Amino acid sequence: MEKIKVFSRFERFWHWTQMATVILLTITGFEIHGNYTLFGFEASVRLHNAAAITFIILGIITIFWLIVTGQYKNFIPTTEKFKEQLQYYTSGIFKGAAHPTKKSFGNKLNPLQRVIYLGLLILIFPVQTITGLLYMYYHYPQNPIDANGLWFAVITHTFGAFLMVAFVIVHVYMTTTGHRLSTNIKAMISGYEEEPAEEHKTDNQPA
Amino acid sequence: MNNILQKITSFLVVLVLPALVIFATVHFGNKRGIPEKFEYQNRADIEKKVDHAEFEILQQEFKRPQDLTAACLSCHNKRDDELMASAHWRWERETTLPNGRGTVTIGKKNLINNFCASAESNNGSCMRCHIGYDWKDKTFDFEDPTNLDCLVCHDNTNTYKKRKGGAGMPATAENATAEFPVPDYNYVAQNVGKPLKENCGFCHFHGGGGNNVKHGDLEEAMLNCSRYVDVHMAKAGQDMSCNDCHLTERHNITGRAYSVSSENNNRAYCESCHTDTPHNDKVIDMHNHKVACQTCHIPVYAKVNPTVMYWDWSVAGRTDENGNKITEYDANHKYSYLSIKGKFVWDDNVKPDYMWFNGTADHFLYGDTISEIPVKINTLMGSYEDRDSKIWPVKIHRGKQPFDVETKEIVNVNVFAEKPGQGAFWEDLRWDTAIQIGMEYVGRYYSGQHDFVSTEMFWPLNHQVSPKEYTLQCADCHTRSEDGRLANLAGFYLPGRDYAKGVDYTGFAIIIISLLGVIVHSIMRIVARKH
Repeated sequence: MEKIKVFSRFERFWHWTQMATVILLTITGFEIHGNYTLFGFEASVRLHNAAAITFIILGIITIFWLIVTGQYKNFIPTTEKFKEQLQYYTSGIFKGAAHPTKKSFGNKLNPLQRVIYLGLLILIFPVQTITGLLYMYYHYPQNPIDANGLWFAVITHTFGAFLMVAFVIVHVYMTTTGHRLSTNIKAMISGYEEEPAEEHKTDNQPA
Repeated sequence: MNNILQKITSFLVVLVLPALVIFATVHFGNKRGIPEKFEYQNRADIEKKVDHAEFEILQQEFKRPQDLTAACLSCHNKRDDELMASAHWRWERETTLPNGRGTVTIGKKNLINNFCASAESNNGSCMRCHIGYDWKDKTFDFEDPTNLDCLVCHDNTNTYKKRKGGAGMPATAENATAEFPVPDYNYVAQNVGKPLKENCGFCHFHGGGGNNVKHGDLEEAMLNCSRYVDVHMAKAGQDMSCNDCHLTERHNITGRAYSVSSENNNRAYCESCHTDTPHNDKVIDMHNHKVACQTCHIPVYAKVNPTVMYWDWSVAGRTDENGNKITEYDANHKYSYLSIKGKFVWDDNVKPDYMWFNGTADHFLYGDTISEIPVKINTLMGSYEDRDSKIWPVKIHRGKQPFDVETKEIVNVNVFAEKPGQGAFWEDLRWDTAIQIGMEYVGRYYSGQHDFVSTEMFWPLNHQVSPKEYTLQCADCHTRSEDGRLANLAGFYLPGRDYAKGVDYTGFAIIIISLLGVIVHSIMRIVARKH
């Protein structure tokens, strides 16, 4: 077994704060959407708006951090081992095959994750932010550009929220696909991942 | 040692810091702004009154009220010019209609309504609320300043009353009754002052022939009401009078009633005192872009006495077997049927209707032909797309009234006469003569064939403002419930009410597919592991 540092202190702070913020946004967001009553409409709106601000501030700090540390490179898609990674999740994982990619500080995401997370970073997050801000502040949708009301912004925002929930479901499940069930979560807590040494990698893999 | 440090760091960055961020988010997010309090001094408490009892000219014996007006004007000169230019005097004004319908001279005098239908030809009854003396027919002289009735607005003794059916004249020795005696002109004249609620209310509470018939948010109970009924006028509260909001300069009174007004000017605004950010809370204050203050702050109207919601003239004229006029009452002891007026539906504590309104209104004029049913007697202009429009609470008064079958025009009806036998509806219960006389008076053609058509009138609500504890709450509008206050106001996206079915169904499908995928995948892993 070797201990590899995968996540820095900031990344772990970022991840868990973002998790809490996204949960808060989701719960309050769907209440505002009218799916259920939990905090009450007013409280949900206030919490949702506040969480949105937190989310945006966290996003700005994170973008800054990603750029100055060069860690943004983790999100650049690659074709290398993309197929292997796909095969691993669709068949290898059931046969006890080894992970086709190895994590490190400079390479913490596998090729599939890179695509998914980049999508999250450049599509879902900005779209949710922009449509959310429109929702909050663009009260005269005819001026200066006729946006035909808030329908477009709101529908996009709602659809983004559904995608976000779907992402969270799959994402949480995927944390169990590490070396052990808890390996990935532990890594996001301690920053270190325990991986089998290279030469033994086909042994004692969990199913 | 190193290991412990790492654990502490992890504890901090994974749990403590994120928890702090979320705590701060919830803490600051949940804060509701506290409205700033401000002190208001009623005008009546600030302005010093002249003691009119000291003026010799007001100690003379007044034979006619017109002589008293002349005495007033001998000191208050030029005030007659202001008044004689006003709509309170002329009952009409030059105004530009929306929809490019041009400039017209309209007002209470020559507009149709769906209560008593029209004022002209019914002068004896309707012009009782004119600020003049004896506008009994077309011979009334609008250029004679002594025809002005100063007292009806400035009497502070609450003893000056215009006689019923007197076209604006108070009682004389010949026709005085216990209810309407000859006014004590010296007493009244020596106790004049700024108009009180009672002065304005004398007419504005009783439009349509009784207390609260027309407006629904203006009625006698407001002379002495609790804060629940009207937070501004409550005796135990600020006890404001009409002029505190309807600011008046040189007899130009601000405020618009869109049953007779058309233009977005000279209005009285809540914002004049309260500013447009009165809640000191961003989310709530931003509603003011699209929602009038009145919408949340007047959750119900007709809080004390009922108001008429429906008036059906088509069934008027029924008598008992002896040919006598009849009156029937509803459970609240309000008349539900009158031979002379037809069928009524009253209601109290009414939830308003809600409409987009930009402060301009169109009117159904003499000569306009019916193109849609129900006929909109007045039309409040506005839409979500219009930047000047806000959601406004409205009383909608519906009814049925006579129209000319041939010309498709709504007709004037002569309902009032001093005595029977002259053809007026209230006396003789005959439509043919009543319409004939009404139309002749205003010089309009009548084919002789009438029928009844459904009509609607729209009255934006402004009064009976509730204390903050009783205002609408978010979920009263932001709800999918069909009982939501804005359930019927279409054409825009309202959070909490609206959603796109396609998006929601697709979204839930994606979530279910994700869940299924995860479940199937994990089952396959467990099965594979067992083998």
